[in-house]
Amino acid sequence: MNQALSFPKGIISKIRGQCIVIQGNDIDTDRIIPARFLKCVSFESLGENVFADDRTELKGSHSFDLEENKGASILIVNQNFGCGSSREHAPQALMRWGIRAVIGQSFGEIFHGNCLAIGIPCATAAAEVISELQKIVIMNQNKAWTLDLNKLLISNDIKDWKVNIKAGPLEMLKTGHWDATRRLMHNDKELTRTMESLPYLKGFNDGVKMKSNRI
Amino acid sequence: MSSGTLYDKIWDLHRVADLPGGATQLFIGLHLIHEVTSPQAFAGLQDKGLKVRCPNLTLATVDHIVPTTDQTRPFVDPLAEEMLSTLEKNCAMHGIKLHGLGSGKQGIVHVIAPELGLTQPGMTVACGDSHTSTHGAFGAIAFGIGTSQVRDVLASQSLSISKLKVRRICITGQLREGVFAKDLILHIIRKLGVKGGVGYAYEFAGPAVDNLSMEERMTICNMAIEGGARCGYFNPDEVTFQYLKGRLHSPNSEEWPRAIKWWGSLSSDRSSLFDDEVQFDAAKISPTVTWGITPGQSISIDENLPEPESLEPSESLIAKDAYKYMNLKPGKKISGLPIDVCFIGSCTNGRLSDLQDAAKVAAGRKVAKGIKAFVVPGSEQVAKSAEAQGLDNIFRQAGFEWRAPGCSMCLAMNPDRLEGQQISASSSNRNFKGRQGSAKGRTLLMSPAMVAAAAITGEVTDVRDLLPNNY
Repeated sequence: MNQALSFPKGIISKIRGQCIVIQGNDIDTDRIIPARFLKCVSFESLGENVFADDRTELKGSHSFDLEENKGASILIVNQNFGCGSSREHAPQALMRWGIRAVIGQSFGEIFHGNCLAIGIPCATAAAEVISELQKIVIMNQNKAWTLDLNKLLISNDIKDWKVNIKAGPLEMLKTGHWDATRRLMHNDKELTRTMESLPYLKGFNDGVKMKSNRI
Repeated sequence: MSSGTLYDKIWDLHRVADLPGGATQLFIGLHLIHEVTSPQAFAGLQDKGLKVRCPNLTLATVDHIVPTTDQTRPFVDPLAEEMLSTLEKNCAMHGIKLHGLGSGKQGIVHVIAPELGLTQPGMTVACGDSHTSTHGAFGAIAFGIGTSQVRDVLASQSLSISKLKVRRICITGQLREGVFAKDLILHIIRKLGVKGGVGYAYEFAGPAVDNLSMEERMTICNMAIEGGARCGYFNPDEVTFQYLKGRLHSPNSEEWPRAIKWWGSLSSDRSSLFDDEVQFDAAKISPTVTWGITPGQSISIDENLPEPESLEPSESLIAKDAYKYMNLKPGKKISGLPIDVCFIGSCTNGRLSDLQDAAKVAAGRKVAKGIKAFVVPGSEQVAKSAEAQGLDNIFRQAGFEWRAPGCSMCLAMNPDRLEGQQISASSSNRNFKGRQGSAKGRTLLMSPAMVAAAAITGEVTDVRDLLPNNY
């Protein structure tokens, strides 16, 4: 666990650190954080339980338990990582362990959105790139990696590889607007206009006053 | 890019603003919350000193952690008690209606909103639960969100979200006797893959859907997310309108004619453009059972378990992992596999018609020796209707336990769970490693009728062999 590192805040343009690998397609959020750890009213203690059952099964040889991976912050995964449940506890557990960016072939839709909402970029890369990166990370102990959101590159001191982040999320990360609450609240006039145009909020009748209490 | 579809129409109606970078600010017409994914969202609200924007468009219930045996407060599990009391406190503080235990309206969030008439065509629905896709059965756009987004919806009644592509899944033919909506959606996920729907909303359409009931449509949309599609929907029709008529929150008789006129106008136009189209023949589908660790790893009851090498290269590795975890061998049939636990319930298959289908199989028979079998109605209303029809007695006499409503062993956040390497026949939605509460527990997903059949014989069984008029 990398507790010294502060949680994401504001503009996110570069993530520097060590990489760590989880191999396999369709790693679901139940595996990232089993449901029994969701019995909590705060996210605080999730970090130590990330991949709890997989780690127990592998008795210390899981990559999140290896000494050389301590302090890693960039996670390299395969296809459809984070599929399944909408639990934000999954990216929260990864973040609280120390992960600050994830690079993979593809991601579960809701997981991807949850990562963005807490300032963790999910970058995609071609299958060949992922497998090359995973090989390098597993083979040697090159600890100096940089994920550059401006150049869309993941680099070590020898080579750069192309990654991709969709325009919308990229803009939000680079401008520090990934914490959307204030921005959404800012458009309240437009929101009220939208509400006033919706038939189901006004008895399906044009010109009729809004129903005051639907539920 | 799609155009003229129900998805496009609802999207446009709810678009508040375009956000920098291309995301849309989308108004949310119905926000459902529960005890697991909301406490941190309320805490976030408090940190920022914010209020709930539209408490009257927000509804809470408790489902994930509730015990299905003794529901006396405080719960035996202090963590579960803390979660429910936190939800009660938050709802009271922010003026949000909570359908709590014993209210007559409590139940799994995706079961109660439809049965109360809250979920309606043309709405946007969000909930901190991936199976929110269920509500698309009504011709709504409904999707699961994470806790930070729950906070955003609480604060602003809207979300920052990017538009999905739309894939039309055209279903022809009719499901045969003994084959259910669950088999259809398991088959679709098997064919399109668990990643196939990533980036898409699924429109379920075609000549076969007219004959699907609302509860069948809910089962299908519920599992869209298991195929990677965050959102699945049906176009609203007469079946939808009939279901909604007279429900607690449905439009009243004065509003009704205007409501159905508007709802009818939302359906995808004949000239709609889709990003992709695929077709399935429902008549060719047999009872389907998962054998692996993703909902896409399934086979027909009469097929042999696949050789990993016969699958797509991207699937063969996880198939090998699945065989090891499940302790199964390729080449054999799934029927005849001994079962330990049978679970009927969940937001996928915990509605009245699901219990009726299972009861038909259980009636006059006995659960096999050594099998633990239990039925968990999806809501207090489902339980009440089932009991009025005597289904509880049918199940009890057959040796099933009849429990109180909740999510139960679908994800085992309450005391209901597998132990050790136990193997379950389950009417729920996920067979992930460890999903049902034991790190080594194994799950076979199937229709509620198939679960009942497995309970009776003690092994995976073709339910058609146990139905009247054997054919």
